[in-house]
Amino acid sequence: MARQIAFREALREAMSEEMRRDERVFLMGEEVAEYNGAYKVSQGMLAEFGPKRVIDTPISELGFTAVGVGAAQNGLRPIVEFMTWNFAVLALDQILNTASKMLAMSGGQVSCPIVFRGGNGSAGQLGAQHSTAFEALYANIPGIKVVSPSNGYDAKGLLKQAIRYEEDPVMFMESEVMYGDKIEVPEEEYYIELGKADVKKQGRDVTIVSFNKMMKVAMGAAAELEKEGISAEVVDLRTIRPLDWMTILESVKKTNRLVIVEEQWPFASVSSEITYRIQKEGFDYLDAPIRRITAADAPLHYAPNLVAAALPDVPRTVKLVKEVMYLKK
Amino acid sequence: MAGFPYFCTSNFLPVATKFSKETYLYWYELMQLIRQFELMAEEKYKMEGKIRGFFHAYIGQEAIAAGCMTATKPEDLYITAYRDHGLAIAKGVSVNSCMAELFGKATGNAKGKGGSMHFFGKDVNFYGGHGIVGAQIGTGAGLAFAEKYRGSENVVLCFFGDGAARQGILHETFNLAMLWKLPVVFICENNNYAMGTSIERTSNVIDIYKLADAYEMPGDAADGMHPETVHEAVARAVKRARQGDGPTLLELKTYRYKGHSISDPQKYRSKEEVDEYKDKDPIAQVLNMIREHRYATEEEIAAINKRVDDIVNESVKFAEESPWPDDSEVLKDVYVDKNYPFIVD
Repeated sequence: MARQIAFREALREAMSEEMRRDERVFLMGEEVAEYNGAYKVSQGMLAEFGPKRVIDTPISELGFTAVGVGAAQNGLRPIVEFMTWNFAVLALDQILNTASKMLAMSGGQVSCPIVFRGGNGSAGQLGAQHSTAFEALYANIPGIKVVSPSNGYDAKGLLKQAIRYEEDPVMFMESEVMYGDKIEVPEEEYYIELGKADVKKQGRDVTIVSFNKMMKVAMGAAAELEKEGISAEVVDLRTIRPLDWMTILESVKKTNRLVIVEEQWPFASVSSEITYRIQKEGFDYLDAPIRRITAADAPLHYAPNLVAAALPDVPRTVKLVKEVMYLKK
Repeated sequence: MAGFPYFCTSNFLPVATKFSKETYLYWYELMQLIRQFELMAEEKYKMEGKIRGFFHAYIGQEAIAAGCMTATKPEDLYITAYRDHGLAIAKGVSVNSCMAELFGKATGNAKGKGGSMHFFGKDVNFYGGHGIVGAQIGTGAGLAFAEKYRGSENVVLCFFGDGAARQGILHETFNLAMLWKLPVVFICENNNYAMGTSIERTSNVIDIYKLADAYEMPGDAADGMHPETVHEAVARAVKRARQGDGPTLLELKTYRYKGHSISDPQKYRSKEEVDEYKDKDPIAQVLNMIREHRYATEEEIAAINKRVDDIVNESVKFAEESPWPDDSEVLKDVYVDKNYPFIVD
């Protein structure tokens, strides 16, 4: 039996179901317990699981990340919530130098099954320090996986998979502005394998690849294009590392055109990697240069028009699609 | 050296008679093994170039490994920084695998992927050899968190140097460890130098154990040049952790005879200063005690030394004869996931 739940509830269900299943799983982070979550993702979890397993931390990102990493190395399966990935930068040493490398440095002895999750990217006029999208930065790191879902259904299945089955560190990137989005999910439990993109809309003329909340831009652009008789196929990456480029390639073989929409900064971004891979594996299938829209190559400013100007939107995506189709405007 | 924070006025006076003959002989042999291993490794590094990369010798600090070992159980976990040879050997990581790791061979304890700074022995509860100064303080508290979560009685010994005491991670971790009463003993091996910067040039607070005060954590200092004083201090802290009373900070005042690393010309200190410490050499002190109490004859002492030499020589042979890791190992042990699709071009 299907029901409508919000993105935040989907995340909560994923964590709660896995915590009921496995005593080794616990949740730790700022305001996750008594405050019921800064964004109410963990609402009610303290009441169900108690303070041993739903743990408020002081504002010590490096410290509690280190404790999570050590606990994972010693047999537990922690979920560490960052209030936003912007604050996780303080903990990057533990993620990059310890969590991602210890399996290799120990010759395979010390693994780190841990999930880091939280809001990511811009969420309104929050100023530069609360607005960075980190997928590309973390996707550069061998030893970890990076997940960035665009809706609650995918988020629940992917998060359950990460908590239960992934033995490697997983960076799980959400969005503050999607927590209230509702979607239909089944009553029964389900899992979604990491590393698999999902074709969210079938199409013939052009492939649009995106992820996380920029999927709204991609789908919005596809809807606009549809009105003009242009059929766009929209691929939702869902997992950034490892990248499911085969699904993109299969789509490009059909459409011969590729546009990527993402909220990353442009230099060495997710679109850079996709572009390299598709030109190499699918050169003969391309009828136009691969194009992209990224966040502006600048910190995100405060003023509403500057926010809008810096982020991808539907009109610019539509325009870019028309360019790769060599259509006049 | 004027103003040098010499061995502090410790509560832990030598209590030699409390320890058995077997303990002294164990200490002696363990410290000799660590020292001879490192002297041999240094020779292989400097004279033959068979060992490369950063190499941080423990020589002079062996009493800490010895005293900690007799104050803990095999189930207790150790985690340390990159000056890790001594503690790894003490904990029981095989000497053969340690030498092979230095040589970068497939039979090394980290399959030749770690090198000098990254020895590991999870099977003997040695959680490594960590290269980012201070990072293992937080990770070590996490190991302790898991022990407490499971309700075990195991304790984590988390080692770091005086340089690491100036990192932010120490303060965040101390706060969390006290807040959650984690079963961890933080052991600062204070050898007076953060690389080439002497301790009084790194902070206004040169008694590192006092940093515990800010978190209402028990903190104490002890002579780190003698296994007895180390044992006493550590045993007390371990007892506290095991019975659920939380962490302790111990500052063990020690000295490294060698440079920070093998490439360190040591222009920041005098030969006289180094010699002064060599007079308090932990191995010599324990040997004196053994002779004084007639715990072993000269023949028996020679037999121990011979045994140590044999083990060390055998480890060199083992390392030299071991194969290099296969090139395919580049992409192994990066993910537990055996099907991870690496980017290869």
